[in-house]
Amino acid sequence: MKLKTLLVAATAAAALTAGAATAEQVKIGIAAEPYPPFSSLDSSGNWVGWEIEVINAVCAAAELDCVITPVAWDGIIPSLTGQQIDAIMASMSITEERLKTIDFSDPYYNTPAVIVADKSMDIAPTPDSLAGKIVGIQASTIHQAYAQEYFKGAELKVYQTQDEANQDLFAGRIDATQADSIAMADFVNSGNGSCCEIKGAVADDPAILGRGVGAGVRKGETELLEALNKGIAAILADGTHEKITAGYFTTSIY
Amino acid sequence: MTGLLEILGLGASAELLSLSGWGGNLLRGLANSLQIAFGAFGLGLVIGLFGAYGKLYGGKVTRDLLAIYTTVIRAVPELVLILILYYVGSDIINQISEAMGGGRVEINGVAAGIWVLGVVQGAYATEVLRGAIQAVPTGQIEAAKSYGMPAIMIMRRVTIPAMMSFAVPGLANLWLIATKDTALLAVVGFNELTLETRQAASSTRAYFTFFLAAGFLYLMVTLCSGAVFARIEKWARRGQPSLKEGSA
Amino acid sequence: MISLKELAQPHRIVMMVLFALFVLWCAISLRWDWIPKYAPLALEGLWTTIWILAVSTFLGFLLAIPLGLTQAIGPWYLSVPARTFCTIIRGTPLLLQIWLLYYGLGSLFPQFPWIRSSELWPYLRQAWPYAVTALTLSYAGYEGEVMRGAFSSVAKGQLEAAKSFGMPRFTMFRRIWLPQAIGNVLPTLGGETILQLKATPLVATITVVEIYSVSSRVRSDTFIVYEPLLLLALVYMVIAGLIGLAFKRFENRLPDRS
Repeated sequence: MKLKTLLVAATAAAALTAGAATAEQVKIGIAAEPYPPFSSLDSSGNWVGWEIEVINAVCAAAELDCVITPVAWDGIIPSLTGQQIDAIMASMSITEERLKTIDFSDPYYNTPAVIVADKSMDIAPTPDSLAGKIVGIQASTIHQAYAQEYFKGAELKVYQTQDEANQDLFAGRIDATQADSIAMADFVNSGNGSCCEIKGAVADDPAILGRGVGAGVRKGETELLEALNKGIAAILADGTHEKITAGYFTTSIY
Repeated sequence: MTGLLEILGLGASAELLSLSGWGGNLLRGLANSLQIAFGAFGLGLVIGLFGAYGKLYGGKVTRDLLAIYTTVIRAVPELVLILILYYVGSDIINQISEAMGGGRVEINGVAAGIWVLGVVQGAYATEVLRGAIQAVPTGQIEAAKSYGMPAIMIMRRVTIPAMMSFAVPGLANLWLIATKDTALLAVVGFNELTLETRQAASSTRAYFTFFLAAGFLYLMVTLCSGAVFARIEKWARRGQPSLKEGSA
Repeated sequence: MISLKELAQPHRIVMMVLFALFVLWCAISLRWDWIPKYAPLALEGLWTTIWILAVSTFLGFLLAIPLGLTQAIGPWYLSVPARTFCTIIRGTPLLLQIWLLYYGLGSLFPQFPWIRSSELWPYLRQAWPYAVTALTLSYAGYEGEVMRGAFSSVAKGQLEAAKSFGMPRFTMFRRIWLPQAIGNVLPTLGGETILQLKATPLVATITVVEIYSVSSRVRSDTFIVYEPLLLLALVYMVIAGLIGLAFKRFENRLPDRS
């Protein structure tokens, strides 16, 4: 009897693993860690935010059947190349380094990188000013790459999520953090962010900071790439992009 | 009740943890964790049973391969194994499927979690079950053989029932490890209890409240499982002399 | 140890050849060009892993002795807290404990501004004190349970003999009870230390730069996935092997009890 139960369990496990192949659905990977105001989880377990609305609008315009699939940000590119997801739409900037591994659609938003620090601290977004300071950054981001290149005099602390870096900035464990200006504007206006202010944008380096945020797809998947480009172009042209933006921000972020 | 919470200054926490608030998310995460733990434990048992038989009665090559499997799994941190198995697993499945002419295979989060933790559990289960099988008096198996029982029947009717009482304490431990190891899947982005907690904590900034609440849930699972396994052990030992008298 | 003769069996030779071919295939067809660039960082990370492991194991064991002792013979007002502590530590995931300690406590700091001007602040700012604390408490929780068993299993006759010689209680503990209890747990201690080694990568999630986080860094910088992980697995296997060997030698130096 025991053996039969075990066999049934094994078959069930095998059946689970080899679920039916559904080729039409497009799995859009987002970061499983909340990144407000672009994507965050509400208390009833739904993903909400600017980027989630954009994903839905792009998919609708491109006539794609999309499912939003959260995966760990730190492993989001391996998840794409390993076919766990089909596209990344997780505020990922289009950079030279990433283009070696994956392809990107046209950008759908753009935001400068800024330095945020405690209000009482006299910090400027320059390598000299940050020398000797503790700077928190999120792993696998353009900010990590930038800080490693330019803030060599600073002590860098790498976090899995920007939220944790913000939390430590609030707790005083780090002196400053580098991140996207829009996400940071949201943070400094929140309760915990009241400690801190945006000290300014870092000097641009397009090779590292990239040229806007695009959707990432596996190399060679031109069909999906074209569909996404079509969708992005459509929502930019018909005002949907603008309308979604107005719900979250006061200025255009394209 | 509400009044008491207010007096203790826990009103805000209670509201955050209520079912309509983030409490529902935590419970959903717990359900996912338990589902993965259950599946992984089951898969681990299946692997463990075959592994134990292979180690005891298999050929030289089988035994060596199993030795490598159990040694590697037990020496490498679960977190590293999870990452390797998670990325490699889906790659291999897709390649096999493509080689057989099939399309891409959908791998849902729960199945991937079960596969990853199940392979890890299998190594430990192999050792636990091997020890338990060895503890079964050989005379019993020989007696079954002399009656002409086929091997599978011996396994089903003699070895497994007889080894249960030896295996249960080790398996109980493995089950607890399985429930706790599901937390590691948070690092690869599975929506289990720990990740749900992290999401709730960072959305509300109430880190302390949520981590404590999650800790409480895990602890409840542990304590309840402890009670259940104590009953199972009692059942598996039925008909045997009690431990205190038996072990002189 | 496996003798040379055992290794020289035909199927083992075939397996070793296959393994050598696999290593060769890995060396040729996988990317290893990142190693020179990250080698210094990796060594630093390795050192962090090792000292965190050593410190937390040592402190955890020291803490486990009173935890085990109070559970074995202590009065209820000591044994109940000790048992509760062990149950909580063993009943919840270490990852959660680490996060509770680091982010949970961290979120309380701003409510107490004086903390930032205190002497301890330079330490409270960093991640390693939390990592060491969490790992120490975890090891103490698991080992406390083991020590309880070890203390209870020391033969009563020996303790009674010592008592009849008029040995003071503390001397009796130091000279007879503790050494025997430690002798009892040594065989499991090696395994427990390897389990502790396997727990160290979790501290990477609170920004401690140890060997695991270096592999994550390589992955995020270069998008190379398997190679750093394979190398990392190898590194852990080597450390685990060394720990196993060390404990074996240590065990052999003790007189056999049987």
